[in-house]
Amino acid sequence: MRRLFMLFALAALPFHAVADEALPVAADAALEARVQKLGEELRCLVCQNQNIADSHADLALDLKQQLREQIAAGRSDDEIKQYMVDRYGDFVLYRPPLKTSTLLLWAGPFVLLLVVVVLLLRRLRSRAIRAAVANTLSADESARARALLDGEENKA
Amino acid sequence: MKRYLWPLALFLVLAGFLFAGLYLNPREVPSPLIGKPVPQFSAPQLAEPGKTFSPADMKGKVWLVNVWASWCVSCRQEHPLLVELAKSGQVTLVGLHYKDERDAGLKWLKEHGDPYLLSAHDRDGRVAINFGVYGTPETFIVDRQGVIRYKHVGPLTPEKLRDDILPRVKQLETAAS
Repeated sequence: MRRLFMLFALAALPFHAVADEALPVAADAALEARVQKLGEELRCLVCQNQNIADSHADLALDLKQQLREQIAAGRSDDEIKQYMVDRYGDFVLYRPPLKTSTLLLWAGPFVLLLVVVVLLLRRLRSRAIRAAVANTLSADESARARALLDGEENKA
Repeated sequence: MKRYLWPLALFLVLAGFLFAGLYLNPREVPSPLIGKPVPQFSAPQLAEPGKTFSPADMKGKVWLVNVWASWCVSCRQEHPLLVELAKSGQVTLVGLHYKDERDAGLKWLKEHGDPYLLSAHDRDGRVAINFGVYGTPETFIVDRQGVIRYKHVGPLTPEKLRDDILPRVKQLETAAS
């Protein structure tokens, strides 16, 4: 059980690794870097498998301009994300928020893992029992085995 | 023999999901704006740049916002339907002329007919961002209180209009004013 817990703890690590925020904007390059970073978190709705930082769709360019203006106006990342969610819905976020409608999305893989681990353990155990049963000889069989072995010894 | 049926059962479940998925449209993203007040803005009118339009002007009416542009191919596709709808007088249409040149827009309306009470000119697409527009054409139903009640992304079809848009408009119009 402890090992299982360790496994989950390890699986959760990457989420912490990316959770820190960018520093306040100092120069233009810093602002641009923040636009890039924030843009990577937001889905382009025109080309749904791209984020708006990568996309060159018209809408993505407009939304990047929005990011630039709002960052320059001193808005926080969360405020800007909320701005996007208010208009385009949770779908714009590449990392959907944890709520009842997304619970299955977040917990699903872990539940599946748990089910598979339980099935695997049960299977391994039943196999071990079967093997143990198969390895015990009946009295008759052991007598025959003894006889065979003795025979071998006599020959040698 | 039950264990040999498991893969079959799993296959059937998966096939069921995939089959249902065939009929889902990934472009239809539920809009968070439904049930919210229509975004406030003030934009120059397409035909008369001196005048502005703001959604407050439509208070007390059930109206449609239709996002269009002369460069938008599917707008062209739905356009005859809108012209017909405007002629029938069943509902007022307001156009949002999206990221397009004024001249191109005016020429397009002249060529294909103008179903709109007026069009607001959203040259840089900022108004449309507040509407959460991501694919033209888009159509919104706004009720008497100025609340967005419905959104359709993509060209309207006669069936869509008959089954979804017009019944809702009727219902909102008969609702207490």
